[in-house]
Parts: sequence; C-alpha cells; structure tokens
Amino acid sequence: MAATEQEILAGLGKIINEITGIPASEVTPEKSFVDDLDIDSLSMVEIAVAAQDEFGVEIPDDQLKNLKTVKDVLTFIQG
Amino acid sequence: MRIPDIAPGAKVLAFGHYQPATVVTNDDLAKTMDTNDEWIQSRVGIKERRIASAGESVEDMAVQAGGKALAASGLSPADVDLVIVATCTLETQIPNAAAVVAHRLGITSPGAFDVNAACAGFCYALATASAAVRGGSARHVLVIGAEKLSQWVDWTDRSVAVIFADGAGAAVVGPSDEPRIGPVVWGSAGDKFEAIAIRDRHDFLRQEGQTVFRWATTALHPVAKEACERAGVDPSELAAFVPHQANLRIIETIARKLGADKAVVARDIVHAGNTSAASIPLALSRMLERGEVRTGDLALVLGFGAGLTYAAQVIEIP
Repeated sequence: MAATEQEILAGLGKIINEITGIPASEVTPEKSFVDDLDIDSLSMVEIAVAAQDEFGVEIPDDQLKNLKTVKDVLTFIQG
Repeated sequence: MRIPDIAPGAKVLAFGHYQPATVVTNDDLAKTMDTNDEWIQSRVGIKERRIASAGESVEDMAVQAGGKALAASGLSPADVDLVIVATCTLETQIPNAAAVVAHRLGITSPGAFDVNAACAGFCYALATASAAVRGGSARHVLVIGAEKLSQWVDWTDRSVAVIFADGAGAAVVGPSDEPRIGPVVWGSAGDKFEAIAIRDRHDFLRQEGQTVFRWATTALHPVAKEACERAGVDPSELAAFVPHQANLRIIETIARKLGADKAVVARDIVHAGNTSAASIPLALSRMLERGEVRTGDLALVLGFGAGLTYAAQVIEIP
C-alpha cells in the first residue's frame, strides 16, 4: 500500500531534520525550501537522495529545481 | 623475451608539495563578486585558497613540488627513469609538462608523459607508476599533480570562482619487497561528460554543481570500500582517508559512508581550495609535515572529477 501524505510528510520531516537540523515540526506543506527553511541547493540534493532511499521515488536534478515547497515534494513522491 | 628485475611491490618513497604565495580569502572574493564568507564556507567549506601569479605556470609549480619530493626521497635525479604529470590545466596542449619538468629537475632522458583524468589524475598516475615499477618498465617514478585552475576560471562566475585554486603535490614511487601501494579501483561515467567541462578553447570551466554533488555523494563510497577490500585492508585499519579536496560536504559525506572510524580525514580544502589533480598529494604532504600521519600508516586515497572519472587505492605512508 502506498504511503499516505501524512506518512510521507513525517518521513520528509525526519530526513530534513537529519540533514539540516531544522526541527521536523517546522516542515509543513506550505513552506518554501529556500525562502522559509533556508535550505541550499546541495542540501536539496541530499534530501532528494535520502527521499529516494526512503520512498523509492527518484527525484532527478532537472525536476528538483521545480520543487519549491514541501507540498511540491509530497505531490511528486505521490506521483 | 624476458622481463628484468621485477619488483614484488611498489611503494611511495616520499611526498613533496608547493603552493603559490598569494592567499586569496573569501572576503577578498566578496569585494569583486556577489558572495560572502558565510556563503562560501557553508557551501564548499573553503576559507582561503592559493592563486598563482600571472607568470607562474603549471610546470613551475610541478618543478617545485617534484624537486621537494625527490630531495625527501634521498634519490638523485639520475635514479629517476619515468616522470608522470597529472594535470588538466596546462596553458597549451603541446608539448606535455612531464618532459620539460624532468629537464628542469636535471632528470636526463626519462620516460615522460602527462595524465589527464582531471581531479582523479593523481590516483591514475600513481597506479600507472606502481604498475611500471612492478612490471619492470621503470625503477623510480616521479609522479606529480600540478594545476593552475585560476587560468581556466571565469572570475565573475561565483559558482566556480570560489572553489578552484592552484598548487602542486608530488610523490616518488620505487620498488618494494612487499606491496605498499594497493590495487587501484578505477572507472568512469562518460554519460556525465558535460557535468564538469570547458566546452571550447574560448570557454571557461563550467560545473553542474548539483549533478556532481549527487554523483560524488552516492557513487563513490562503494569505490572507496572496494579499494580497501582489494588491498585486504579493513576501513577500520585506515589511519587516514584522503579524498580529492572537491568540497568539504562531499568529503564528509563520503567519509561518513566509508565508516573508517579511526582515520583522520583530510580537510586541506579549507586552506588550499580545490586544486584538482594536485589536491591529494598536496594534502598528504601537508598532513605528513604536520605529523597527522606517520610512517607505516595506511591511507586510502580517492580521486574523482571531470569525465567523470574516479580512482582509489590504499597506500602506506613513507
């Protein structure tokens, strides 16, 4: 069974916390990675790689730059 | 047919290095481009780098580093019969650097050629030197990594200008009663040829940072582990891990995934910048000078860069 949006959000929060130190509770769908969470482009790659390991969905670099908010990533992972 | 005097193994006899005098800090760069110390340190981990003067060439730096390694080895120029220069930043393509560097060091008529495997170049050259010694093609090899990235960098492109630097490092390789340079694990990913490139003779060095970062942090720790395995060395036995000094975040990620818990990890990039093929021997030579590694220690070296190319081997510190 595919993960629910809540489960993906929780998993993403944990990944972002491990990579950037940002509390998982701050990782909410409306947040912008760059403007709200201050996450740089290299950390986004690390997050994409960890998300691939966790959820089995590859996020290529040319797609990654279009994913501006947490919601964008949730939608991408859910396909 | 016969092959004379095959040595059972090869070893590094000595290291040497050279850095240009001019130190360029992050604050210096912030005066001419839209960047700052915090931005550079958080992205790539560099505080300062060395930049060669206008009249100082790759060959000049190679001579300096090579001369120091040769002096430290206790050999005379006449003992060296092969010179290999790893570089990708010569000002011109012809002639190669190795022959003139050898000539300037007083090494008479050695085999002399350059290796272009970009930032992996030193590891490729070291593997070639080790094979030449073990195969009876050479007795003593001077291996030099020397780069002047500054002459191929667009100094208005902050994605590249904050990273690259100049310098040289060298090693003397000779015969050994037992193997002290492990088998090389090398390879390439030519499908990513555009990720780091100078596209034509009028262009500057360009890099797709995210592509390189993803590749380096996901594809290379298995190469590092395989080099240990093929040398019969467990990562826990390593006293040092000296990856190409590309980016501190890449270095720390690979080190974490390698899991060499007792190894001191080279962080020479903080003060030397990314010097491509020079970075590994430069870092090792400086670590040896500071006493961070000692004679008999096992070190894993891992080069990776444009091509994309990579190579790794375990070596014993002289």
